[in-house]
Amino acid sequence: MSQIIVENLVKTYRIAERRPGLLGALRGVLHRHYRTIRALNGVSFSIEPGELVGYIGPNGAGKSTTVKVLSGILVPDAGRCQVLGRVPWKDRIEHVRRIGVVFGQRTQLWWDLPVIESFELLRDIYKVSQADYACRRDELIALLDLAPLLDVPVRQLSLGQRMRCDLAASLLHAPQVLFLDEPTIGLDAISKLAVRDFVRRLNQERGVTVILTTHDMDDIEALCTRVLVIGQGTILLDGTLEALRAAVSAERRLIIDLVEERAEITDPDAQVVQRNGHRVHLRFDPQRVPAAALISRITARHAVRDLFVENLPIEEVVARLYQGEEKCAPT
Amino acid sequence: MRAYLSVFSARFCMLLQYRAAVVTDIAAEVFSGLIQVMIFAAFFAASDTPQPMTYAGVVTYVWVRQALLSLIAVTLDGDIHSLVRSGNITYELLRPLDLYTLWYTRSLAQRLAPALLHLVPVFGFAALFFDLGPPPTWAGALAWVASTLCALLLAAAVSCLLSISLLWTISGSGMEFLVIGVISVLSGAVVPLPFFPEWVQPILQALPFRGLVDLPIRLYTGHIPPAEALPVLAHQLGWVAALVLLGRWIFSRGTRRIVIQGG
Repeated sequence: MSQIIVENLVKTYRIAERRPGLLGALRGVLHRHYRTIRALNGVSFSIEPGELVGYIGPNGAGKSTTVKVLSGILVPDAGRCQVLGRVPWKDRIEHVRRIGVVFGQRTQLWWDLPVIESFELLRDIYKVSQADYACRRDELIALLDLAPLLDVPVRQLSLGQRMRCDLAASLLHAPQVLFLDEPTIGLDAISKLAVRDFVRRLNQERGVTVILTTHDMDDIEALCTRVLVIGQGTILLDGTLEALRAAVSAERRLIIDLVEERAEITDPDAQVVQRNGHRVHLRFDPQRVPAAALISRITARHAVRDLFVENLPIEEVVARLYQGEEKCAPT
Repeated sequence: MRAYLSVFSARFCMLLQYRAAVVTDIAAEVFSGLIQVMIFAAFFAASDTPQPMTYAGVVTYVWVRQALLSLIAVTLDGDIHSLVRSGNITYELLRPLDLYTLWYTRSLAQRLAPALLHLVPVFGFAALFFDLGPPPTWAGALAWVASTLCALLLAAAVSCLLSISLLWTISGSGMEFLVIGVISVLSGAVVPLPFFPEWVQPILQALPFRGLVDLPIRLYTGHIPPAEALPVLAHQLGWVAALVLLGRWIFSRGTRRIVIQGG
């Protein structure tokens, strides 16, 4: 049976609106205007044990709301949801014992305490036995390279250090499901790689199911076999990265370094999208012309120093998917 | 149980770290104690009718109250306030703990830690300069200790209710401050309750707030004889039970409609 089942989840927020300016604020005291926002508008998906799923969408699309419903913090207005056989918000205490959650923009560590004391506090809160705790703690310290950070109060950690500690903190009770809400936000390249590497190992070696929300498409490309794209509260796409690309366009890029700088490339099946000096970017549809055929035609006519074929960058794919949705969405 | 104990001791140790805060708090308690003693001195000098308490009794009352202030004053838990405002309450809800018990524990730690540090200096100051002595009888001392512990439980229960109200109001600056002001008057923290007019007394008797300040301190001074300690403790504990139940009920409703601030 699926580990996570979500069916037709709906969540609306009521937001008090204030008119701009002092007069608007005063009027707001007398009479409030409320606006209803549908954060989730019938979201459905299911996730099997051991999957690593990327959950992506623009700001305000409903990603964090979904994660909060799945982790039992928010009660949805309608719909069904089961995680590890439990309804998260009905059985909150038993539910949260079996999941780990990291919000990239917040910390679950105690601000004034040294990291190791936060870990010990979590051991007591989750009732982890000393033997299990010691074993997991040492392993996490080794994997995430935390040894030099353990005695530092959390408020003195850098963002990257804090995120590594937060990841460890979310795993001390060995959860079967891990929700990561923008775990790489604001991190430098090295910290991002460390986080990604750790998440991948966790998923592959331990079989922990991971749901990852992010705006960083490199996270998705590096980690996820499956992506869920959400926009305006509904799932726009659920499938592999390749399926995501195919849904938008099958387009590929051919990048050529020419020997001559001024050579003009003309081909019926490809358009030049960009040109800087010797380098030419061509766009083509592999269903109309196979890459091999196009390359042999061009190399026959021009002296070529180097060339390579690329997929459409994933950022562009997602951007197009969102745009397409906005165009056809009934507003 | 172990989990709540750990949260308690972590919070407790954390509060002991802030030395500068301790010193300024003690200074503030001593200073406002001095002002109140002066006001009462002027009041007793100007009045020629018999008063419900003696001047010496009132001076003792003021100093015992100042020494215990951090233990029994109703406050908004600063911790919880910032948790709700910043949205970090998310992580509180992610713990396999009962949230009311957790907040109640926090509230107890927040009171006990500073009280332990303030008690001796403020008592010492009053003993040196105002002749503050121990309770007149051993029975009175025992009754005072028991009643002060009940006052602590009561203060934590009332403060928890205030903290829970943050789930609706978020800002915690309007209603909460008003309520805290009214409660401190009704508890006897401003003027000892026997000085209130006759017709208010039944209301004050019925309300839970006299259990915070008035009852334990009058047990200390002997104004309430130790023989009457049992009904006092029953009044306090009865209200603790009622307010905890009320808090739990409101909490279970508040967390259902909670909206987490920020993304």
